[in-house]
Amino acid sequence: MATAVAAASSRVAQPAKRSAGGAAWRWLREHLVVIYATLALLYMFLPIFIVVMFSFNNPAGRYNFTWQGFTTKNWTNVCGVPGMCESVTLSLKIGVLSTILATLLGTLIAFAIVRHRFYGRAATNMLIFLPMATPEVVMGSSLLALFINMNVSLGFTTILVAHILFNISFVVVTVKARLQGLDPRLEQAAMDLYANEWQTFRRVTLPLVFPGILAAALLAFSLSFDDFIITNFNAGSQTVTFPMFVWGAAQRGIPAQINVIGTLMFTIALVVTLAATLAGRRRAHR
Amino acid sequence: MPEALQDLRLVRLTKRFGTVAAVDDIELTIPGGSFFALLGPSGCGKTTTLRMVAGLEEPTAGAILIGEQDISRHKPYKRPVNTVFQNYALFPHLDVFENVAFGLRRRGVRNVKQQVDEMLELVELSGYGPRKPGQLSGGQQQRVALARALINRPQVLLLDEPLGALDLKLRRQMQLELKRIQVEVGLTFVHVTHDQEEAMTMADSIAVMNAGHIEQLGSPTDLYDNPSTVFVANFLGQSNLVRAAVTGVDGDNLLLNVHGNRVVVPRARSRAEGTEVLLGVRPEKLHLTPVSGDATATANTFTGTVVDTSFIGVSTQYVVRTAWGQEVTAFAQNDGKSALVPPGDEVVLSWHAEHGFCLDASEDVTAGVVIDDEADVRPTAGARS
Amino acid sequence: MTTVPTARTATPVSPAPAVRRRRGRFLPYWLLLPGLAWLIVFFVVPMVTLLTTSLQTGDPFNGYSLTWHWANYSDALRAYHSQLIRSFEYAAIATVAALIIAYPLAYAIAFKAGRWKNVLLVLVVAPFFTSFLVRTLAWETILSDNGFVVRMLRDVGLLGAEGRLLATPIAVVCGLTYNFLPFMTLPLYASLEKIDPRLVQAANDLYANPFTAFWKVTWPMSMPGVVGGTLLTFIPAAGDFVNVQFLGAPQQQMIGNVIQSRFLVASDYPVASSLSVVLMFIILVLVVVYIRRAGTEELV
Repeated sequence: MATAVAAASSRVAQPAKRSAGGAAWRWLREHLVVIYATLALLYMFLPIFIVVMFSFNNPAGRYNFTWQGFTTKNWTNVCGVPGMCESVTLSLKIGVLSTILATLLGTLIAFAIVRHRFYGRAATNMLIFLPMATPEVVMGSSLLALFINMNVSLGFTTILVAHILFNISFVVVTVKARLQGLDPRLEQAAMDLYANEWQTFRRVTLPLVFPGILAAALLAFSLSFDDFIITNFNAGSQTVTFPMFVWGAAQRGIPAQINVIGTLMFTIALVVTLAATLAGRRRAHR
Repeated sequence: MPEALQDLRLVRLTKRFGTVAAVDDIELTIPGGSFFALLGPSGCGKTTTLRMVAGLEEPTAGAILIGEQDISRHKPYKRPVNTVFQNYALFPHLDVFENVAFGLRRRGVRNVKQQVDEMLELVELSGYGPRKPGQLSGGQQQRVALARALINRPQVLLLDEPLGALDLKLRRQMQLELKRIQVEVGLTFVHVTHDQEEAMTMADSIAVMNAGHIEQLGSPTDLYDNPSTVFVANFLGQSNLVRAAVTGVDGDNLLLNVHGNRVVVPRARSRAEGTEVLLGVRPEKLHLTPVSGDATATANTFTGTVVDTSFIGVSTQYVVRTAWGQEVTAFAQNDGKSALVPPGDEVVLSWHAEHGFCLDASEDVTAGVVIDDEADVRPTAGARS
Repeated sequence: MTTVPTARTATPVSPAPAVRRRRGRFLPYWLLLPGLAWLIVFFVVPMVTLLTTSLQTGDPFNGYSLTWHWANYSDALRAYHSQLIRSFEYAAIATVAALIIAYPLAYAIAFKAGRWKNVLLVLVVAPFFTSFLVRTLAWETILSDNGFVVRMLRDVGLLGAEGRLLATPIAVVCGLTYNFLPFMTLPLYASLEKIDPRLVQAANDLYANPFTAFWKVTWPMSMPGVVGGTLLTFIPAAGDFVNVQFLGAPQQQMIGNVIQSRFLVASDYPVASSLSVVLMFIILVLVVVYIRRAGTEELV
């Protein structure tokens, strides 16, 4: 008994004499992960910083790679570049349309998967997973192969079809996650309290799943707006979305207004997401 | 003034999951306006029965009737039945007012505000209307769940272990509250629980369920004082069960031989037939006196040695090894009249004849012994014989 | 069975109305139909079309016909196998680099962030709200010949006096690593977040030093996240061509560039399709093998 106690105390860390250098070293070791993480975050924001900074650049030549001087004229004359604002509008249109349709289709699938039993479950899961696992080059080129073989002319519609396609899987995954967290007893309670199936869905299920559907829609929109590779394969020569415009610009000449759009995209998305996050936190802690 | 309430009847109600019968052909009549408890260990089928009455499970066979109306195939929202769920199932996106008003609104009732305010007052949550469920304590949530169900004045109110998540003190308080509300409102309450003390405190009548069927049905005193099966004898309180041989009949009494000791039991308190029975006596009915003191030299006594003495404050619990090697339990109330008997002492155990009961000897003597993490281990005396 | 004796006899049970149940039984199929139909028509069928196109011969002027020309595959591989291999090399390096950068970041957010978890997660994803192409252009700026980075490396001596970062494999891999960081970080975070910190404390209690505790407890339990993250990074990286276009030179061409140019520039559909099929096939094989070995089942 006594030996056990003695042995235990010998294992207890003895804070022996430490020099000042040792204390600094210890602080570093304890906070190593946090320091590393901060550096990683800074690294991730570095290009954004460049994007924002160079939106105020006054480029000398066609390319916006070296800092010449500060100007706000890129911001005041955003649509001065021919074709750029039209491409942004087109991307927005496609984004909204593909989001609405993909969210609708994907939400229906998510409900079926989570709330119902049916044959072919494994095949359905595979069919939803595969598009997410397929490289964009393959998906884009396969759609192109289809359109070529069917003699479909490439343009707005083919882009829209492609965007809805790759968004469905992401919507399913997002809504499914939210739906699985929903206690089915809430719906039972609603039915117990005289709500029929439709009323239960409308008054209990839908409001509670809605954050997931909204998140899925936002995800789908950003994936659609930012998509380049698949769009490139299926747009044909006439239709130009914003990413395609940037691609073309990289060969022709990069106007600084591209950075303006990039900065705007970043700022809007960041504000929306931060607001939603903080609002959610406040609601939970009230 | 509540209108005459109709009885709830379960007729040959069965629910099978695959080959397993969770609820096996049960028959039950619950009188309108009473507080009824469905008591049993987890997995005995009581919750499944409740859900079938609520309409959340579809029976495999049998019928559920309220009065003369067969509601077995009705959807939940078509039944005059409301449920208080185990985890309350309050709608997190609605505030307390809207939660309570939910059923009224679905039925298109007019003066919602007045009724909700009255109901919140009944459950002592006036002014909590604007709050969200997430901001309430467990006890408050439970009362909102109750209000939400009660406000619809159902024919039957079902409660699925509603007090399980509360701490002990709050649970006791809520037990009395629920009983008070039931008496005041006058509705039929069907309360499902695994806590036998809770059932006995609150209910007018209890059905003890085990493995899908009903072991015994009756008032708390009936069930406790005169259990009809080993399961009930062990599940409600504790029982000492001893094997005995029937030697004869004397008028209204049954004569037994327990390892050489003469025992008398009223025939009305015997559920067994045959020559061998299980004699049961509750520990608090056993009087314990040291051998040297004045023992009543009548029937219904046997001697033994004290093996363990536990002073609990209110009482002392003795474990006594009888002459034939079986360990029985006796509770002695701490009335200050007698001293503690230490282990090792010889004692005489005695009881009044009308406190003994006889059960069928073919039953499993360990049935109904409750062993779970929260309750104490309550061994049955017969297990070690 | 013990019952309270009742004077009334039981009413007979009515048979269950069949109609209601049958309608409800088909509901899931109605829900699945539109979405699955879309996926079949625009995902499965195109894949088949890709396969058939890869076996065609012809040219843009005279049209194409299905001739089961398996030689398309051997031609394509013979001509472009170096790009194919290079793609997987770059993708692998980028994935490992992303893992090294993202793991401590995810770890810090999961275990050390406390109330700021959600805000930090938003910050991790935020840079990627900018357009993918615009970001990559920004890297072109950062790594440009007159940029700060190149000048510093030249001064320090790591680069020659005329040394460049652009048009080198390093730039391409850097771009690949950066662009797919959130895909690595988020699954890692999700996995790490589920680990009960008391498990690590238990390990410490049982004489494990911090490193051993990590290696024996945290790392294995974060494996699902590691698998998910590496897959989500490797797959798009292998097929990427944008990074090469902006940050690299023809010597760094990846298979994505080849497929893109063969399809859209040369209209050499059969060869391009065959390369696509090969890429998809290799990815699928890698995914299946990797998942089997790492032992995670839940993908979706």
